[in-house]
Amino acid sequence: MTGSGERPTSGVALRFGLLGWSFLLLLASVLGAALLTLWITAVSVVAVGVGIPLTLLATVLVRWFADLHRQWAADRLGEPVARPYLPTPQGGWAVRLWAIMRDPASWRDWAWLVANAVTGWFSYGLSFGFFLCGVFYLIYPFLYEVTPPEVFRTPFGFFRLHSVQESFALVPLGPVFFAIWYTTAVRLANLNARVIRSLLGPTEQVRLRDRVRQLAASRAESVDSQANELRRIERDLHDGAQARLVSLGMSLGLAEQLLADDPQAVRRLLVEARESTSSALGELRDLVRGIHPPVLADRGLDGALQALALANPVPTTVVVQLPGRLPAPVESAAYFAVAEVLSNAIKHAEARRILITVEFAHHPDVAGGLLSMRVSDDGQGGARIDGGTGLRGIERRLAAFDGTLVVDSPVGGPTEVRMSLPCGLS
Amino acid sequence: MRIVIAEDLALLRDGLIRIFRAYGFEVVDAVDNGPSLVRALTTHRPDVAVVDVRLPPTFTDEGLRAAIEVRRQIPGLPVLMLSQYVEQLYARELMSDRGGAVGYLLKDRVLDVGQFVATVRQVAAGGTVMDPEVVAALLTHRSADPPLRALTPREREVLSLMAEGRSNAAIAGRMFVSEKAVSKHSNNIFAKLGLEQSEEDNRRVLAVLAYLEG
Repeated sequence: MTGSGERPTSGVALRFGLLGWSFLLLLASVLGAALLTLWITAVSVVAVGVGIPLTLLATVLVRWFADLHRQWAADRLGEPVARPYLPTPQGGWAVRLWAIMRDPASWRDWAWLVANAVTGWFSYGLSFGFFLCGVFYLIYPFLYEVTPPEVFRTPFGFFRLHSVQESFALVPLGPVFFAIWYTTAVRLANLNARVIRSLLGPTEQVRLRDRVRQLAASRAESVDSQANELRRIERDLHDGAQARLVSLGMSLGLAEQLLADDPQAVRRLLVEARESTSSALGELRDLVRGIHPPVLADRGLDGALQALALANPVPTTVVVQLPGRLPAPVESAAYFAVAEVLSNAIKHAEARRILITVEFAHHPDVAGGLLSMRVSDDGQGGARIDGGTGLRGIERRLAAFDGTLVVDSPVGGPTEVRMSLPCGLS
Repeated sequence: MRIVIAEDLALLRDGLIRIFRAYGFEVVDAVDNGPSLVRALTTHRPDVAVVDVRLPPTFTDEGLRAAIEVRRQIPGLPVLMLSQYVEQLYARELMSDRGGAVGYLLKDRVLDVGQFVATVRQVAAGGTVMDPEVVAALLTHRSADPPLRALTPREREVLSLMAEGRSNAAIAGRMFVSEKAVSKHSNNIFAKLGLEQSEEDNRRVLAVLAYLEG
């Protein structure tokens, strides 16, 4: 039930579209009643055994049927209607049956089948009926003429028409019904979409349950990645700076021993010690950059991204529009996400120009607002989230902040990676 | 030579003071934060200042901002910035007044004490000195530039050393070639990049850095 292309949003085209839909949905509500009957039959013979697979089958059909309606309602209302079902466990038929029966969403589906048989007829049927009446009265004289006597002679039961000329008196009712149809079509369709959303969409409880599950997953993710990060830092310090300091100490200790006897050797050792210090400093510097780049602390996201652009070989334009400083964790997440996407573009895309834009917009759904970041290049395209280029990792790290990553990269380019992070401003 | 030092870590500040005293500098003031630095520079007007980029109270690029601010009041006041890390962005801001007498080095470079003190004197004399890391980043940034690709590896090495602010004599000593060979390379480089050759060292450094910054 997904539409393609431009969808009419007003006027006659929209209403004729809805007219087609009301006819289809009217048939569907009959099918829904049949599904309900199938399900009731299946459940009532569960005890016999054959009822179990039959119930499972009926459930699959009902859910498919409900999905079609969810999609329709979502298109109508302009916002997605989520599936509220609990995941069905792996296991025997009895286990699955039990899980389905325990899922409140299943019961709501069935309640909707009953409701739809009533409200469906009321809304789609009414809308369809208004239109049919319009057509009916518009061609009333024609019907009068072509039908045998006595069929269309007594409209409303008590008038008696004696000639075709008299029957023209009913024609003005046609436009009246068309007007009623025209004014009520969208409202009736929306009414139905709301019924579908309220019964087939997730309840507040289900929404919260899903949110808790999503938060638990992203928390596990961030705890994991934090632990990995700490392990990496520990290893880097252990193998790098710490080892350098040990060797430095040894050189100095040896130099102390040799001071009286062999000044030449002491000189060599001191040079070695100095080099060791330089290397340790270099390693610590790289480590610090990986944890939190100093320029980010100094200049915020804007300055840090400008610095990043200056340090790379592909001409890069950075446009940042922020009304203030972002909270530190968001700033850092945004910086590393953009930095990684940028380094991807440089490494894989063979781009000639890169554009980075960062914007902050107040958003009604998020306390504070939404930080949107876009990295676009004119390279060869074909980047995929699952392409092993680290985009998946960025997506996961953004998810810890409820952020998202979308890749738009047709083969042949250009590529655009869009990321968003909800946040407040300080 | 009169010098002002700005460094918030006592250990490093004392180390710097010790080094400069050993080389015969007169340390007129040693401060540990941005506002004091501005005061010290405007009252003492030293021959050169050695300044840590990160200073209290903000612990961000306070030192850099203070130095740029003071140089706006006292144009050409020689300042050598020191930092645990170098950022091309900061190098660009530091050089934006095109006045010379600036330097920007990693703190690591202090370990080579003789070279470091020579660098401080060079800045005090109006020279421009950039850390090899800044120059390397500049070269990476411009690596797709056709004139730069036309340079031979040898010429590129000379270009890097020139951008760091070294004289022909220093470059020759470092590359184990004659000064004449260096000046031949340097002529080729300026011809290939389409820059006007200048005999004066500091003008040459500024020209090369301006070219690399694009």
